[in-house]
Amino acid sequence: MTTIAAHPADHHDHADHDHKPGFFARWFMSTNHKDIGTLYLIFAIFAGIIGGAISGMMRLELAAPGIQYLTGWASMMAGKEASLDEAYHMWNVLITAHGLIMVFFMVMPAIIGGFGNWFVPLMIGAPDMAFPRMNNISFWLTVVAFIMLLGSTFVPGGTGLGAGTGWTVYAPLSTSGSVGPAVDMAIFSLHLAGAASILGAVNFITTIFNMRAPGMTIHKMPLFVWSVLVTAFLLLLALPVLAAAITMLLVDRNFGGAFFDAAAGGDPILYQHLFWFFGHPEVYIMILPGFGIVSQIVATFSRKPVFGYLGMAYAMVAIGVVGFVVWAHHMFTIGMSVEMKMYFTAATMVIAVPTGIKIFSWIATMWGGSLSFKVPMVWALGFIFMFTVGGVTGVVLANGGVDDNLHDTYYVVAHFHYVLSLGAVFSLFAGFYYWFGKMSGRHLNEFLGHLHFWVFFIGVNVLFFPMHFLGNQGMPRRYPDYAEAYAHWNEVASIGYAIMGVGVLIFFVNVIWSLLAGRKAEGNYWGEGATTLEWTLSSPPPFHQFETLPVIK
Amino acid sequence: MAGAKNHDYHILPPSITPLLGSFSALTMFFGMVMMFQPKVLGGYGSLVFGAGLIGVLYTFWTWWADVIREAHAGDHTPVVQLHLRYGMILFIASEVMFFVGWFWAWFDYSLFPVPLQVEIDHATHAFTVTNLIGQEGAAALEQWPPKGMQVFDAFSLPLLNTLILLCSGTTVTWAHHALIHGDRKGLINGLWLTIILGVIFSCVQAYEYSIAPFPFAGLNYGSAFFMATGFHGFHVIVGTIFLIVCLARAYKGHFTPTQHFGFEAAAWYWHFVDVVWLFLFVVVYVWGGWGAPVH
Repeated sequence: MTTIAAHPADHHDHADHDHKPGFFARWFMSTNHKDIGTLYLIFAIFAGIIGGAISGMMRLELAAPGIQYLTGWASMMAGKEASLDEAYHMWNVLITAHGLIMVFFMVMPAIIGGFGNWFVPLMIGAPDMAFPRMNNISFWLTVVAFIMLLGSTFVPGGTGLGAGTGWTVYAPLSTSGSVGPAVDMAIFSLHLAGAASILGAVNFITTIFNMRAPGMTIHKMPLFVWSVLVTAFLLLLALPVLAAAITMLLVDRNFGGAFFDAAAGGDPILYQHLFWFFGHPEVYIMILPGFGIVSQIVATFSRKPVFGYLGMAYAMVAIGVVGFVVWAHHMFTIGMSVEMKMYFTAATMVIAVPTGIKIFSWIATMWGGSLSFKVPMVWALGFIFMFTVGGVTGVVLANGGVDDNLHDTYYVVAHFHYVLSLGAVFSLFAGFYYWFGKMSGRHLNEFLGHLHFWVFFIGVNVLFFPMHFLGNQGMPRRYPDYAEAYAHWNEVASIGYAIMGVGVLIFFVNVIWSLLAGRKAEGNYWGEGATTLEWTLSSPPPFHQFETLPVIK
Repeated sequence: MAGAKNHDYHILPPSITPLLGSFSALTMFFGMVMMFQPKVLGGYGSLVFGAGLIGVLYTFWTWWADVIREAHAGDHTPVVQLHLRYGMILFIASEVMFFVGWFWAWFDYSLFPVPLQVEIDHATHAFTVTNLIGQEGAAALEQWPPKGMQVFDAFSLPLLNTLILLCSGTTVTWAHHALIHGDRKGLINGLWLTIILGVIFSCVQAYEYSIAPFPFAGLNYGSAFFMATGFHGFHVIVGTIFLIVCLARAYKGHFTPTQHFGFEAAAWYWHFVDVVWLFLFVVVYVWGGWGAPVH
């Protein structure tokens, strides 16, 4: 097959070793997994700033009882004096946009598109992804999906501008309850993002199954690769069901369909089932690659192979499989039978077993290891601690009877922010500090990294821990106003947001400073603990790595 | 090092197609929203939609033209062909899950029926649907299909269509075997027959829709029936186009007995469409219409 190298379209017949295309071709027409990964990371940071700014608006409004800012913001958006109802709609738009942006345009693009694209081929010793051109359309479809979502905030969506349905887009609020194009645009945004993710999933599965370097059997793959493999299967099988569900919404909205219209025999609960059949695997889609990143980091900074490698890998497989049969624990209050509640309670709790295997294996990896508390390790430890808190409140909420009381309260908000904002996001920062030198060729500043960690860690805990109290006291989620009794902990939470914001600023200072003046990073800057294949390459790696495939013994 | 690529994987040059395709898709979907909401977004929705659609179709065309060109250039080594196989199988797996959603809706309505009373005037097609839940005697109305409506006779046109699709499954296999044995004439004949059967299926389906005794809008049975069978019909049309492309390529002599992934993908897709229809026939037409008066 040596004829391939002579293919005229192949740019590598030039003598230049590291020949890169020109600026436009490189960044807008890319077929290079590392460049596409970089694009995903930049996009995710941009989306994260917007999603984070929206949560800032929400914490500002919630800092004290009463309506402070919403009417003003709604007036600004509409260009005229807004009514109180329009202000309330503005709130719904904010929570919807925050949820959708953070899930579909921050966490997923960063952790799968960004780190997955960068490090899956490197870790399995492959020159690129299996479908490099399809890789790029996954990225650009995500971008246009984001444009579609942002565009929806400027068109009518019912009581005011924008889609105010919540990220779950429940019918009938999203059908007969939201007149105007905003919700149609939000739905098409999900279609586009979903198509992007399905294509990405196909790409990752094919790459991981077929492009491992000679000698790298499935049971020798790094755990991050395992985590992306399981995640890709979840994407592949869960997202099409969401596509069907939101297509039904479009049919009901625009063609007189009766899918969710009870008067015509439709069933609004059907939408919830379809949504959560996707939605529950979706939460594992966001966290599993984080598990993978943390496994790499804990092993590297303990200078030990990860404890119970096979158990760790198959625990993720188990989480992925069981994750498909627990969805109705999001809907305990629909009036389901006791038998159904019992099943979904039990099945949900089963997930705590493989998750526990992971937590204890991380601890066992550190046990007796030669630990060094570099910035990525600190973030990984923060992840393990905070994710365990979120996991434990998850076991509480898994009880159908308990959830009758806590459903749609701030306890739920606290729970899923502990597993996402303090779980998935911590793993993102951990991965960023771990691999930034590899990706950019520059070291991040160690001191600023530690400072970022501690400020952020304190900030998010002050922000989200009081929400457990608020939920136990019965404060419902998704309201811009609340009773006087909830004032104290809401004020504390808003102060926590400000602290977290300072942490994020430190992060940006660190990134910009390091890109401009950071120390040059050598190939393996973490030393002997870092054993995966990306550390055998220069930092940053050559434009096309592994032109001769590495052989794994 | 450079130019001395010592592996069989496919390293691609930069391509504008993904960017073009994405923004075309954005245009197409936004045009569709404009068509949904002409009062808010103006009356030019169909133009915007059309422009986007042209871009999307152009993207498909150039993309696969590139793939075919690369295949002829020798880029599709055995391992790259394996990638393509995996890609197609995984894509079909995701399509299966898409149909799971529509079947889920059907099972929801049919296994947990609500007390609907349907009144249809078959002369004027005017109909009313009433949900009598909570009223006296409602329990007697909890049946599927809803009381008062007529359904298609499963063993009339739908059975004919089942036989047509099953038959097309055998003709595409005939074409495949002819291809493997280097018999291009057999390949072309088999493909022609498959395409003709596919077109007949679509025509029968369109005729069936035109004489439907129940409405699309305003009734759960109609919405679920037309969307499930309609998405299947859309897939039949896509599959037929895929086979037509293969036929054109067969005439040009693109396929060899050892390398013909494009044909295989089309055949797999066709079998997938076939299997979905079998489920539709059993679940929607036979079981899902059981006991109701037929049209």
